Amino acid sequence: MADNLIIDGTNKTPVVQFIAGTGKMEISGKSIPENSFGFYQPLLLWIDQYAAAPAPKTEIKILLEYFNTSSSKCLLDIFRKLEAIKKAGKSEVVVLWNYEEEDEDMMEAGQDYNSLVDLPFELIKI
Amino acid sequence: MAHTDLYNIYLNMEKENIILSFKGDITKDLLSSVYQIVEARMAIENEDPKRKKKFYHVLVECLQNMYHHMESMQAVDSTMPGEYSGSGIFTIGKEEENTYRINTGNFILKENADNLKERIDKINSLSPLELKAYYLEKLGSTELSDKGGAGLGIIDIARKSGNKIEYDFRFISELYTFFTLSAKIN
Repeated sequence: MADNLIIDGTNKTPVVQFIAGTGKMEISGKSIPENSFGFYQPLLLWIDQYAAAPAPKTEIKILLEYFNTSSSKCLLDIFRKLEAIKKAGKSEVVVLWNYEEEDEDMMEAGQDYNSLVDLPFELIKI
Repeated sequence: MAHTDLYNIYLNMEKENIILSFKGDITKDLLSSVYQIVEARMAIENEDPKRKKKFYHVLVECLQNMYHHMESMQAVDSTMPGEYSGSGIFTIGKEEENTYRINTGNFILKENADNLKERIDKINSLSPLELKAYYLEKLGSTELSDKGGAGLGIIDIARKSGNKIEYDFRFISELYTFFTLSAKIN
C-alpha cells in the first residue's frame, strides 16, 4: 500500500492529505506556485502507486480558494489518473468540488473539469 | 537621477492611481511579497468579494506570465545585457469606479513578438463563450512545460478580466522587443 502523503500548505501551495487506507484525498487552500509541475509531481506519482491497490471507494475533496492556470493543468492530470482507476473497475471514485457561495468562477471550474473527465463531480457550496 | 525627480515620479503615480509598482528582478520571493501586500490591502478594503477574486486571479496570471517570460529569456541567452534579461516593471492601479488595472512590461526576443501578438489578437477576437471553449480545448490538449506556462495564462487573463487585453510591442534592437501587457478588471 502507498504511504500517506501529507504536505503542509504555504502561501502559494495547498495542503495535501492523501490517505491510502481510506482512499480519502484532499487538496485545500491556495495553489499559485510558479512551477506547478514541481509541486504536483509527487501527488501524481502517489496516485500511480495508489492505483496498484486502491481503496474500494476513492474520494477526492478539492477546496481551493485560488488556483493558477499551471495548477489547473496539474489538477486535470490528477483527475485523469483517477479516471483511469475508475475505468479499471478498481475503485469507485468521486470528486467533491467545493466552492464559496459567491465564487461563480470556482463553481464553473468544477463544471469545466466535469466536462473533461468521466468522473462524478459533486459541486458543494460552502 | 537627481533627487528632485522623485517628486515627479510620485506625482505621476498619484495621477495614475498606482497602488503598487516595481521595477527590477522578478523573482519568486518578490511575487510572494506582492501577493501578501495585495491580500493585506484587499482584506481592509470594502470591495465586492467577486471583484477581489477576479483581480487577484488576473494579478497572479499577469505576474507569472512575466516571470516565465523572463525565465525563458535568461535560458535563451545568459550573455545578454542584464537590463534586458533580469529586469521587468509592473504597476497595479485602481482607477475610477473600482476598476483595477495591471500593467506589466518586460523584454522578449524580437523573433517571438509576432507570435505573441497573434496569440493575443486571436484571444481578443473571441467572445466569452468562445474563450471558455478555447480555454478548455487548451487545457485538455496541451502538455504542461516544466516552466509551468501551458499557454493558458493569457487566455485566462482575458476570461477573468472580462476585457480585451491591451498591449504594446516596442522596438528596442534587432534582438529585443519591449512587451507591455495591460489588463483591466471591472
